[in-house]
Amino acid sequence: MTIFAVVVSRLSKAILTLLAIAILNFFLIHAAPGDPAVVLAGEAGAADEQMIEQLRERFGLDQPLYVQLGKYVAGIVQLDLGYSFRQGAPVAELIADRLPATLLLTLTAFVVSLVLGIAFGVAAAARVGKPSDTVLTTMALLFYATPLYWLALMAVLVFSVWFGWLPGFGYETVGANYTGLERVLDIGSHLILPALTLGLFFTAVYMRMARASMLEVSQLDFVKTAKAKGLSDAVIRRRHILRNAILPVVTLAGLQAGQLVGGAVLTETVFAWPGIGRLMFESLAARDYNTILGVFLVSAAMVILFNIVTDIVYRIVDPRIGARS
Amino acid sequence: MSATLTIERLTIGLPEGADRPFAVENVSFDIDKGQILCVVGESGSGKSMTANALMGLLPQGVEVKSGRAMFEARDVLRLPEVEKQALRGAQIAMIFQEPMTALNPLMRIGDQISEVFAAHGLYTQSERRKRALDLVREVGLPDPEKIIRAYPFQLSGGQRQRAMIAMALALEPKLLIADEPTTALDVTTQAQILKLILDLRKKRGMAVMFITHDFGVVAEIADQVIVMREGKVVERGDAASVLDNPQHDYTKRLLDAIPTGKLPEARELSDTPALEIKNLRKTFRTGGGLFKPVREVHAVDDVSLTVSRGEVLGLVGESGSGKSTLGRTAVRLVTPDGGHVMVGGVDLAALTEEELRRQRNKVQMVFQDPYASLNPRQRIMSALTDGPINRGVPKEKAQAKAKELLEIVGLGPDAAMRYPHEFSGGQRQRIGIARALAMEPELIIADEAVSALDVSIQAQVLDLLRDLRERLSLSILFITHDLRVAAQLCDRIAVMQKGKLVEIGRVDEIFLSPKQEYTRQLLAAVPGADWAQTEEVPA
Amino acid sequence: MWKRFRSNMGAMIGVVLLLSVIVIAMIAPLIFSDGPWQMVQRPFLAPFAVDGLPLGTDTLGRNVAAQLAYGARVSLLVGLVSTVVALLIGVPLGALAGFYGGYVDEGAMRFTEFFQTIPNFALAIVLVAIFEPTLTSITIAIAIVSWPPVARLVRAEVMSVRTREFVDAARLAGLSKPRILIQQVLPNTVSPIIVMASLMVATAILLESSLSFLGLGDPNSMSWGYMIGAARTVIRTSWWLSFFPGIAIVITVLALNLIGEGLNDAFNPHLSRKGKA
Repeated sequence: MTIFAVVVSRLSKAILTLLAIAILNFFLIHAAPGDPAVVLAGEAGAADEQMIEQLRERFGLDQPLYVQLGKYVAGIVQLDLGYSFRQGAPVAELIADRLPATLLLTLTAFVVSLVLGIAFGVAAAARVGKPSDTVLTTMALLFYATPLYWLALMAVLVFSVWFGWLPGFGYETVGANYTGLERVLDIGSHLILPALTLGLFFTAVYMRMARASMLEVSQLDFVKTAKAKGLSDAVIRRRHILRNAILPVVTLAGLQAGQLVGGAVLTETVFAWPGIGRLMFESLAARDYNTILGVFLVSAAMVILFNIVTDIVYRIVDPRIGARS
Repeated sequence: MSATLTIERLTIGLPEGADRPFAVENVSFDIDKGQILCVVGESGSGKSMTANALMGLLPQGVEVKSGRAMFEARDVLRLPEVEKQALRGAQIAMIFQEPMTALNPLMRIGDQISEVFAAHGLYTQSERRKRALDLVREVGLPDPEKIIRAYPFQLSGGQRQRAMIAMALALEPKLLIADEPTTALDVTTQAQILKLILDLRKKRGMAVMFITHDFGVVAEIADQVIVMREGKVVERGDAASVLDNPQHDYTKRLLDAIPTGKLPEARELSDTPALEIKNLRKTFRTGGGLFKPVREVHAVDDVSLTVSRGEVLGLVGESGSGKSTLGRTAVRLVTPDGGHVMVGGVDLAALTEEELRRQRNKVQMVFQDPYASLNPRQRIMSALTDGPINRGVPKEKAQAKAKELLEIVGLGPDAAMRYPHEFSGGQRQRIGIARALAMEPELIIADEAVSALDVSIQAQVLDLLRDLRERLSLSILFITHDLRVAAQLCDRIAVMQKGKLVEIGRVDEIFLSPKQEYTRQLLAAVPGADWAQTEEVPA
Repeated sequence: MWKRFRSNMGAMIGVVLLLSVIVIAMIAPLIFSDGPWQMVQRPFLAPFAVDGLPLGTDTLGRNVAAQLAYGARVSLLVGLVSTVVALLIGVPLGALAGFYGGYVDEGAMRFTEFFQTIPNFALAIVLVAIFEPTLTSITIAIAIVSWPPVARLVRAEVMSVRTREFVDAARLAGLSKPRILIQQVLPNTVSPIIVMASLMVATAILLESSLSFLGLGDPNSMSWGYMIGAARTVIRTSWWLSFFPGIAIVITVLALNLIGEGLNDAFNPHLSRKGKA
């Protein structure tokens, strides 16, 4: 299969998945206790009688279920994710405003954790059984057990409140009106703590995988062949073990992307990071279900995107997949 | 002649908790320039450990305790790591048993060869490429330009082993260590690789330490032989004298297992068929997705044959010949696409799933892998009684029968209450045979039933089968890739190639006057066995 | 097997830690008979400031130590029950997919993949938010987002066991397919499932605490995540209110992970000890 064919088949599958999630959303609204119209409008009295009537008409709530489903899905296909009565804006617009911040945060955290995780994992595997390996694996074990929102809070406490080294709140300095490079640096300094605290848990995950994978591959026959050729251990590790060991880590990292996107809700909540996770948190308190479900759909789309990208990377790196016909 | 390598009183220690203290004990031998020394032994004899010690490739916890290995006036066992590294691949090279896993799957063949030059800091990039190309040509790989750009998965097993040899020869080593390099290959491929090693030895004059379990291979290539058992050398000498006049009992037993020129006498066969296979077909289809073309493999292509009551019919062929599929189709583990499998008046191929379950006992199977063919979480007793009880045999009767059968296969009734892991490979195969017999079948299909066993164990299991054949007048379809094994047990032999039946006939007919070219090729490739020679005694 | 587990120091530390948490959870009503919601002193007392309140009081003057002890009950309960429910979904689905293959497998795996693509924490939030936060809805939501890896693991294990020759032997013995699956195949997949289950309890505890942190906890049950969430706004002044529940979570989750790893090493000795001849 060519890369192009892969992309086409993965994209068509992605669209089907998103449609299925839309259908799931529809049934969730109906499964929720209470009148679907009220659910859609958002509770806490944000909608008056007239508005609810409008909703009933618009979604055909008096018509059979399948008609309603059709209308709902048709709306989503046209990127209509409904209207947030709490915020007084279409959900799609709310999400579009917040998406860049989330993408910046999750992508940074993903890249940082993958790079650090693999680097630490490889380093630990090279020193297996030695004190430095023990230190690294113990650290990984600890971070693997640490709730990331709590880690975020502690980081704010230490680096922001006590030491005052880094901002622990928001996306950029409010009212500073930086431009150009200054703005980039400002956002960057705001990004450090959220990205690191979100990434540390995944760094631990990837490090454990990378270490285990390195050790497993180093037991394979071809490593013995390489040694018999007279290659040095360093070269064997770099040229033979590393590539074979990292491939499965990259695939698994792609699969873990869902957790990373989910974790962003917590990180954004702690750091008041203006992304879709924070939007979801705000909507929870307001019971703004339209927005919650919208964010849910979009975050699933993000995960699918992560998966497709890692899949393509995998196919480029591994000659066995593309060439086999 | 000067010795390339001299090993003196080599002892290698195993980690604590192993089944014996030393992997290799007090082993001494020489290999002269241009000579091939075969180190023969069964698994666990320490033959591979000796090789790994020379290369500095011993696993963790295993270490050289004493002795030396003099190579070019230096003791290679005690060189500093840097010097060992310089020696490996350049002066001493090694090839391994599993060509499928011994190459890096993500690296092109050419790169894996040039890497040897790079490791020793030789030549420029383009020079390395040119030399890699020459080597690929020298080991007889087709289309060298294409091969050096190929990845290992695109090569066959034999081609990969040639690529391994190319790597090993890159720097013209003085000593080549070959650790069972042909064991994983088909006979015809094995014959080609052996010939290649002989040719290269002649051309380059290097010494070869060739590790094998197979005396047939020894007969093909050895100048000198040492036989190892449990870490010690039990016999040594030049090839001819060890093969013709072995001194040690163990060597004699191993040699007995290879029946060169000893064909069993033809027995009278009954006319009643136990199994009739008529026009059997099975085609496997793979792929067929949106982007994948359908691939069809005719695994069994219109095969008909008969096994008489009390007969052992050998079914031989190389991997991919369809012999296993034929066996699995005959027991209906695989449902055929067409044809009939007649056993005791019933066509197994035509039964529905439900009817089949009630007729299952008619044909039973003994499997290849003694470690996978018994459920590790089930006692031997239930493995032997599940089937009979399911058929409606009362529990007590089934259990009594199971104990009796365990006795018959030489294990004793106590075995019934134990778990599989308490038994050795050979014992497990006996249990597998008892399990098949417990179903009171009309026919047993033995699918490579002795292939995973060491030669001496193999001989014992074959003895058991021969004994059962006499005692119970058992009918057996004996599937094997090994013609020598087939010759020891079978009344008739059927040869398969690419899903088709090539030839079928009495053992002596097949071995002494084969009619088909493919059968002749197959026989010629069998190492160390020249069937016709011993028969055609000049008048 | 048990001997290998016992000689693993990490695993034994895990067992001791987990047992301590379990004991604290069990005796919580005995030592803190007032329950976790009772106001006992003035708010914001620092640890050890007043006798009998070793961890101080929270924003409403409640005993933090009592809250921690009761929180352990919720964490362990939700962690355990949701894992059991996830196994009840994942094991049969994975077993059927792996054993029968073909369209059954295709269908089951598409379904599993779908659930695996959905960001699991976001789905848990949606489910709990829509069905109102109660212990039941939280447990079920966590189970719903946790079963896909179980199904995949069981499928892979069953597929590998299915190709072993003893399964063919069982077919030749005339045993029915369901019987072969249950009696011959599944018992050989138990060890990896046990390892995964112990790690899943840990993940479930993290998920539960995260939901509670966002305010999606059962309002009638004290939980560690809720404690951290409630103290978030006062972290500048009373950091210990967030600190101790976090430590409790780390200890419990760490203990379960250590046990899981110990079990894994004990089941697969060849992976942990190399170089046997």
